[in-house]
Amino acid sequence: MLNIALPKGRLGEKVLGMFERAGFECPAIHEENRRLFFENEALGLRYFWVKPSDVSIYVERGAADIGVAGKDILLEYAPDVYELLDLNVGRCRMCVAGPKSYRDDLGRTLRVATKFSNIASRYYSSLGRDIDIIPLNGSIELAPILGLSDVIVDIVETGTTLKENDLAVLETIVPISARLIANKASFVFHKTRIEALVRALAQEVET
Amino acid sequence: MTIDSDILKNEEKISFALRSLYHRKGYAPYRMGKFEDYELYVKNKDFLPTSELISFTDTNGRLKALKPDVTLSIVRSARPEAGKVQKLYYDENVYRVSESSRCFKEIRQAGLECIGDVNEDLLAEVLGLARESLRLISDGSVLSVSHLGIVGGVLDAVRLEPDARRQALGFIAGKNLHELGALLRENGAEKEAAERLLTLAACSGAPAEVLGRLRALACPQQALSELERLIAKLGEDGLRLDFSILGDMRYYNGIAFQGYVPGVPSGVLSGGQYDRLLHRMGKAGGAIGFACYLDKLERLEVKGHA
Repeated sequence: MLNIALPKGRLGEKVLGMFERAGFECPAIHEENRRLFFENEALGLRYFWVKPSDVSIYVERGAADIGVAGKDILLEYAPDVYELLDLNVGRCRMCVAGPKSYRDDLGRTLRVATKFSNIASRYYSSLGRDIDIIPLNGSIELAPILGLSDVIVDIVETGTTLKENDLAVLETIVPISARLIANKASFVFHKTRIEALVRALAQEVET
Repeated sequence: MTIDSDILKNEEKISFALRSLYHRKGYAPYRMGKFEDYELYVKNKDFLPTSELISFTDTNGRLKALKPDVTLSIVRSARPEAGKVQKLYYDENVYRVSESSRCFKEIRQAGLECIGDVNEDLLAEVLGLARESLRLISDGSVLSVSHLGIVGGVLDAVRLEPDARRQALGFIAGKNLHELGALLRENGAEKEAAERLLTLAACSGAPAEVLGRLRALACPQQALSELERLIAKLGEDGLRLDFSILGDMRYYNGIAFQGYVPGVPSGVLSGGQYDRLLHRMGKAGGAIGFACYLDKLERLEVKGHA
């Protein structure tokens, strides 16, 4: 049985569609019920939905053999997994954003509000800029408006939230998309199946 | 005195079985204290899998640390003589920061090290003992083997700047071919050399099949021949080749390997040749060794040995 962790939500539904078109379907997953995992015994597959930021933990610890996680999560938590394929869905950018009129004052420590403190620290340390991280879990955009921070480091998809709050993208750190990841031991023991899945999924990736 | 094996913990049973195996093969026990000079670890901090140490000042004013590693101490105390090799095994606790809890943890490791005149027969012997160790732990185990001479050579040919090279190594270790490809394009790597690196990074599986692919790839010949001879000596059983297994090339060279057993989600054994560490510590000769992470076996059903 190959265990597959998918991220709950819109992105997960899209990715499930790709798995199904690639020949790894699981009719049980479309039934209306409260089950937490879904099996296709004939194909030897078991899918389960988990919180998107938890997928890499399930895979790293071997509860899932493979999974789909955002590059943002992989960069932030650096799990010890293989990253086998860029699925090219859920595309967005990791950005520095702030008030449209923002001018960096190099004479002061930069205050950065973010959910991604590792990504932000690494980015600014590569620039040699001293920063203060303000860790937040949501509504990051509010921080510069209320003066809690100078800028934010966050994921930007369309930029609408930023625009409606008089904020703008100041710099792009890295492009983000959903990636297929695999547990390292699972890759050793289920190599043939995982590689077949990667090849089939690669056909479904739109470029 | 008889010991009731039912009261032994998994890791204890395995530790006894491993020690008995290494002893039978002529390895001598190496016993070290809990503490080591702090300076030893600071000088070689990149060799360690952890950057944090538990340190304290001894009564004589010397700064000490609880050992995070055994290999460095063995290398330091080794006195390699030309034409001879020191073969040692150990079973020790080391102290490292756990990745998940970010707290210090006591980890039990058993392993062996060979220092001195390391020839090909000895490389085969150590790889064979690594495979045998895994078999003692569990049925269906696999030893994944790589050769840094092959990876290093193919990587050298794409001529990357140090930063890009470091990134490339990260992508190879993560089997991340899409980003490796993009990196090579961005850095204007010559097409043929880049293709060769991408093919190598994707290579893993049964030795005969992978070696066949490598022969067609124009790899560094000396390293490839060495790998071929080793596989021929050992036989394919329980081995696979996988070039995502790397070590820090400032310390490691040649053969590198990682062992897996069914039911444990990460490698339970890891090792390789580390001549460069030896040379950095001012010693001549070669070195190879491996460690089994006994703490990872706590939940594993052990085979019927006592």
